[in-house]
Formats: sequence, structure tokens, C-alpha cells
Amino acid sequence: MSVQTLIYVPRDAAAVSVGANEIARRIEEEATERGLSVKIVRNGSRGALWLEPLVEVATSQGRVGYGPLVANDIASLFDSEFLDGGDHRLSLGPVDNLPWFAKQNRLTFARVGIVNPLSVSDYESHGGLVALRKALAMDPQAIIDEVTSSGLRGRGGAGFPAGIKWQTVLQTSSAQKYICCNADEGDSGTFADRMLMEGDPFTLIEGMVIAGLAVGATQGLIYIRSEYPDAIATMRDAILLAVEFKILGRNLLGSNREFEIEVRVGAGSYVCGEETAMLESLEGKRGVVRAKPPLPAIEGLFSKPTVINNVMTLASVPWIISNGSSAYQDFGTGRSRGTQVYQLGGNIAQGGIVELGMGVSLRELVDGFGGGTRTGRPVKTAQVGGPLGSYLPASSFDVSMDYEALLAIGGMLGHGGVVVFDDTVNMAKQARFAMDFCAEESCGKCTPCRVGSVRGVETIDKIIAGERRPENVELLLDLCEVMTDGSLCAMGGLTPLPVRSALEHFPTDFGLEPVLGGAHDATA
Amino acid sequence: MPTTWPAAITEDIRDSISHFANVEGSVLRALQNIQDTFGYVPDAALNTVAEICNVSRAEVYGVFTYYNDFRSTPPAPNIVKVCVAEACQANGSDSLVAAISAELGLDVHAKSRTGDVEVAPVFCLGNCALGPAALVNNQLLGRATVERIREAIAGGI
Repeated sequence: MSVQTLIYVPRDAAAVSVGANEIARRIEEEATERGLSVKIVRNGSRGALWLEPLVEVATSQGRVGYGPLVANDIASLFDSEFLDGGDHRLSLGPVDNLPWFAKQNRLTFARVGIVNPLSVSDYESHGGLVALRKALAMDPQAIIDEVTSSGLRGRGGAGFPAGIKWQTVLQTSSAQKYICCNADEGDSGTFADRMLMEGDPFTLIEGMVIAGLAVGATQGLIYIRSEYPDAIATMRDAILLAVEFKILGRNLLGSNREFEIEVRVGAGSYVCGEETAMLESLEGKRGVVRAKPPLPAIEGLFSKPTVINNVMTLASVPWIISNGSSAYQDFGTGRSRGTQVYQLGGNIAQGGIVELGMGVSLRELVDGFGGGTRTGRPVKTAQVGGPLGSYLPASSFDVSMDYEALLAIGGMLGHGGVVVFDDTVNMAKQARFAMDFCAEESCGKCTPCRVGSVRGVETIDKIIAGERRPENVELLLDLCEVMTDGSLCAMGGLTPLPVRSALEHFPTDFGLEPVLGGAHDATA
Repeated sequence: MPTTWPAAITEDIRDSISHFANVEGSVLRALQNIQDTFGYVPDAALNTVAEICNVSRAEVYGVFTYYNDFRSTPPAPNIVKVCVAEACQANGSDSLVAAISAELGLDVHAKSRTGDVEVAPVFCLGNCALGPAALVNNQLLGRATVERIREAIAGGI
């Protein structure tokens, strides 16, 4: 065979964590041995993480997938003529046709797993830079109007309308303004930011540049947690390339506009994902939260007007500008517009990235896309929205996964993470962990969070031990109320969510009568 | 902790962060730079950072002690971090932690060291669909087992 075959082997950290580098090496070796010409592209992951390492071959019928592979499968893949899309025990056929992908609405994640993350030409040939060219010809107010009318809300968890935040920064006059991208994705069960930064970094860069053009900022910072070394390296490489191709720097794409981006690395503090703690950390200080007001949009980084958005929020902007706000509005439900990048993790058979219009049911995510638990046991609960999100019982899985519907049942969407547990989980232990995590990661500023979390662990221990249960439950609930009302940020303010939901829906795990939660347990 | 430090190393430290002089808000980055270069932040380096960044030693100490990443002693040749957050709990991180603790004869829940291996718990490595996750010498492992961690340690040397 004289034609060079394109083979995609992901470079994403999750794919590499289960052997993708070894697979790439073996394919290279085997091809050389057989005198075949192949070109291996290290793409991002397509997000079907249970199929990793997933190798794709470019064929006349599209990209044909094989996975999950182990190194010993490589010889048999060549024997099956996989370079022509040949059949094999682990063949998945054309990957785009798999229902798991075909049913999704990949807007923000459109290019992740498809392109070479560090190829500007790949980026452009897949729709990249269309939005930036458009934005360079637009009035700042017109850009903001487009973002506002798209209905895009903060994807980091708070759900604040992005356009309104930008509007405030635009209207606050200052010689220096900042765009800060929050990439401190510390919530367990979330990995979308990481995968986008590793798989399609130019989209984030383009989104940040557009934000800069919209509000009149020329300096951008991306705060990435130190636990993400690959994302840090990929973002830094992408920024260098972007400067080379004038996507960053002076004279953006030949215009007279400018924008710069710098990567800053966290140092192992969960609270620094809270926006004001992140600002403190970016200023080189302890990551202690600030009181609001003043809003960061008015007095943010170094007291200058600052847009702070999560990776997903900023990475959604190019699609909105390219395709128009009404096209984005077409996805979603009620006041939750557009798509959400849901992340399925924990004990789940088919975990990974599912991007859909807001409003899919939790059941469709867990049982449909997720295929139930990995252990094959019944699902007991899913924690939605990270460590500060509620544990929802399986009986409530018909809930629509949008901001309002989750709030209505005492939960929160957060960053869109879904962590599934089977029936072996003990919820008193999970409630204890929530308090323990808060005690470990509290910045210490607010007493209810700093001390309350420690008292919370002690009180839950007493309940578990059967010590004066009714009194201690009352004490715990009272403590939760004080933490909710008396903490500046979500760390202390929302830690009660997992604790209370565990207690409400699973009282028997605490050694309590199954009546405490009211009707919920009866329907479970 | 030694309060005196060989002059040559002090100079190296100074060189590694001298570009932060007069740069607003650079204490954290200066400390990170030192740790990236030397593997840890020797006590005497706090004085150097204070001097270069023009802040008090107390302020530098506050930043140094706030962040989990910083360390005041040289790292072991091998560092194993095991994720103990919810998504990995759902995939049996407790059993993994127990198995590693038994194998190495130490408690993973507390930062501890035995021989040339140091272990510590970590909250989330962003590999939540392929848990339990671990980080061995900065190499991410999914579906981690004691065997795979052992292999990664052996392979990394």
C-alpha cells in the first residue's frame, strides 16, 4: 500500500491514562514492520471515555473506530486490515454513526476529538476563526447583544447570564480590563474544561479574544489547576501558535486590535475555583474569598474591571457568534438556553462527555447514555453538580437537567457533572465526606464554613455511632442552616446540599427511621 | 529547618526569580518557580522571595502555607497521588487506598513516605469516568490498581 493512512490516537490525559501512548507506539512499530505507511494524528478524546483507548482510521466510509484497545490487539488489527476499515472484534464502525454520538448536539465540543488540537489549519478548516473575523467587524455592543440574546449563562456553576456580566465590564471605564478564564475545574465528576483545553484549545482562545473585543480588554489570563499538567502544556503550546498566526498579539488577524493571553497555574486549592478566591490567587496571595460587592466586573483583578467566565462559557462564544444567537437559543428549555456539556462519571458503564440541549432528563443521561452502573448493580444515587451538589435518589431521575428544574428539587446543575453510585454506597459516609472535604478545603475566612464543617464531621460521626440520634440530627440541620446563611461563598454555603440530601433521601443509612425524608423515601 | 543555606544555592534561587522583581502580585509564581526548579521550597528561600517581591516574610509564609502543592522538604524519587474524591469513591478508591497502604505499610490518607516512594491523597484528577485514578510521577493512571501503580513506579525510574 503506497497511500498514507491517517490514524487518530487520542493524546487526551484520560485516554493516555488507560494506555493510548502505548497504542500509538505499537501501531507505529507494527506499520513499520509490515512496510505500511501510516500517519498518526494525536487528537483529543471524542469523549466516549469507556471506549478509550479509541483508535480511528480515516477511510472512504468515514472515521472507523476500534476500542477499547490494549497493546496486544494491535497485531490482530493489522491482520484484520483495519487500515481499510476492516472488521475486527473491537470494531465500532463509523464512529459518527454510533447512537451515543449521533444523538448528541455537539456545539461547544464540535471539534474536540476531531481535530489535531495544535493545528491552526485544522482548526480553520473545521469552522475556527469564523467568529473572530466576524467579531472584529462588529461593534462591541453588538457582540454583547448577541451573547446576551443567546441566553448563555455561566457554565461554571453559578449560571449568571454571560452577556450581562460583559455589559457591566463594557460600561465600567478603565484603562486596563481583564478577561479571566476560570479553568480551576476542581469538582469531582467534572472534566469538560480539561478535555476542551487538551482537545480544542483554540476555541477557548478565540472565545477569550472575542470577550476582550466586546468589553475593551487586551489582557487575558487562564487559571488552570496544577492537577492538569497536560491541559497546561497544551494551552501554552496553543497560545504560542496563536501568536504566530496572529490570533493573539498585536494586529489580530491583520486588524488594529490586540489581545494577549497568559496561563497561570494553581497550587492545589479547591476554593480557588471560586471567582474571588481565584482573583486573590492570580494576585499571588492566599486564595481567600472576597466579599461581594464590589463585583469583579467592576473591581476585579488588581481592582480593575474583570470578566470571569468558566472555560465552557468562553468556549461556547465562538459558536454563538458564528451561528447566531437564535440558533443557540433553539437548544435548551425555559430559561436554560443552549447546550450543556454533561459529564458522566463515577460508577457508570459508559462514562464521558454528553453535550445536549439543556433539559435532557437525568435518567436519559444515567440509564440511556450511561448504560447504568459499571458494576451492573442498581443505581442508588447520582451526585449532580460536583462535591457541593445534591445526592439525588434514583426515584427523582426524571428531573430535567437544567438550572431551574434542579433548583426546584433542592439540587443544582453546577458544572454539569453527574457522579453515579450503585447500591453499595453508604450515604452517611458520603455526607461525612462532604463535611470533611469542606473542612479540608475551606479558606477559613467564614467561621460557619471553617468551624462548622469540623463540627459537622463530629456530629455525623455521633449519628452514625447511634449517639442521641434525634438531637444530633437536629444539631446537624441547624449547623447546615448556619453554614448556608453565614458563608460568603459556595464552599460553606453549599456543602449542606450533599449533607441534607443524603439525610433526606437516605435516612436509613444514618440509622434513622425511613420517615424523615417524608414522601421521598416511600417512592424510592 | 536550616535557616542558613549554601550561598551558591541562595544565588541560584535569586536568579530563578529575579525577573519577578517589581512585578505586581508575583509571590505565588515566585514560589512555584522555586519549587519547579528545586523540587521544594527551602526555608531560606522565603526570605529571598520576600526581598525580591518587596513584601514581608510573613506574607510569603502565608502564601506558602496556604497552598497544598508547596513543600518544605525535598520530594521522594517517586510520588504517588491517589484520588479520593467522590467519582473515584464510586469506583472503589477506598479499596485502592487500603491496598496501597497495606503494600507500602503506610497511611495514604496522610501524606507519608517510605523509602523512595511518597504517597498522598488528592481531590480529583479530572479522570472521573475512568476511576479510580492515580498520578504516579505526574503520569495519570485510569482504572488504577496496585499492580499498575507498581509498574508505573518501576517504569518511571
